[in-house]
Amino acid sequence: MVPLSYYLILSGILFMCGVLGFLIKRNIITIFMSIELMLNGVNLSFVAFAAHWQALSGQVFVFFVMVVAAAEAAVGLAIIIAVYRTRETLNVDQVNLLKL
Amino acid sequence: MFHLILFLFFGAICVAGAVNLLVQSHPINSALSLIAVMASLAVEYLLLGAEFVAAVQVIVYAGAIMVLFLITIMLLNAGKEERTKGSRVAILLGIPGVAIGGTLGAWTLLQRSDMQAPMAIGALPGFPKEIARLLFHDFLLPFEVTSVLILIAIMGAVVLASRPEAVAGAHHSPPPPEETRELIAPGKER
Repeated sequence: MVPLSYYLILSGILFMCGVLGFLIKRNIITIFMSIELMLNGVNLSFVAFAAHWQALSGQVFVFFVMVVAAAEAAVGLAIIIAVYRTRETLNVDQVNLLKL
Repeated sequence: MFHLILFLFFGAICVAGAVNLLVQSHPINSALSLIAVMASLAVEYLLLGAEFVAAVQVIVYAGAIMVLFLITIMLLNAGKEERTKGSRVAILLGIPGVAIGGTLGAWTLLQRSDMQAPMAIGALPGFPKEIARLLFHDFLLPFEVTSVLILIAIMGAVVLASRPEAVAGAHHSPPPPEETRELIAPGKER
């Protein structure tokens, strides 16, 4: 028997790691992976609350989050490829202008 | 007891993978540790009884999305990231801030008595049949809207990732240069 708070703390740790990666990483692909980590942390708390309240719709929401994450990954990686084609760099500190 | 051991073991793998993602400087290593995080999260979902979500987590997240990431990393030949001044400030301010925030949140969760409700293994069995009944009855409109969203995302990704001259060529189609003409149709007159 594991208390609900343990699951929520694990999900919070994952979310915090994602926030930290978003702050300290300078590679645009790694920043993108940190966003995926945050989404995963939120998914875990969705599933934990679904089990706590005995409501299956929480698991359906996880499904929707995954769909949005897949769409976001496809568009985001395409944007990264387009940025790399024009700037020749993946460092976000050198990508600070909207227009070349 | 057995449940707690399983939870702690795979939770430790999750946290270790997440920390490894932050520590590694090469994006490939970060991506591989993110795959480890997602796989052990799938086991946590199984412990909660969410079988369908665990399967989708492995197939979609650890499979499809991470392969997309790895292909992009290899396509762009991404090397080690260099540390800059901005990231050092972020380390100095971000790590203490996140640590304080996380400690406060965890302390609050542990103090609240209604968050201590124990959950058995498989507390809410999420079989595909039940999920499908919800998806195609109660959530039918959001489900159809996500299909449109995915379609738009695919088209946007194709437009963004294709070369600009290829997109421009679709409108007025200028004659391609000599070497590309040979690549397109070897031995054939356009």
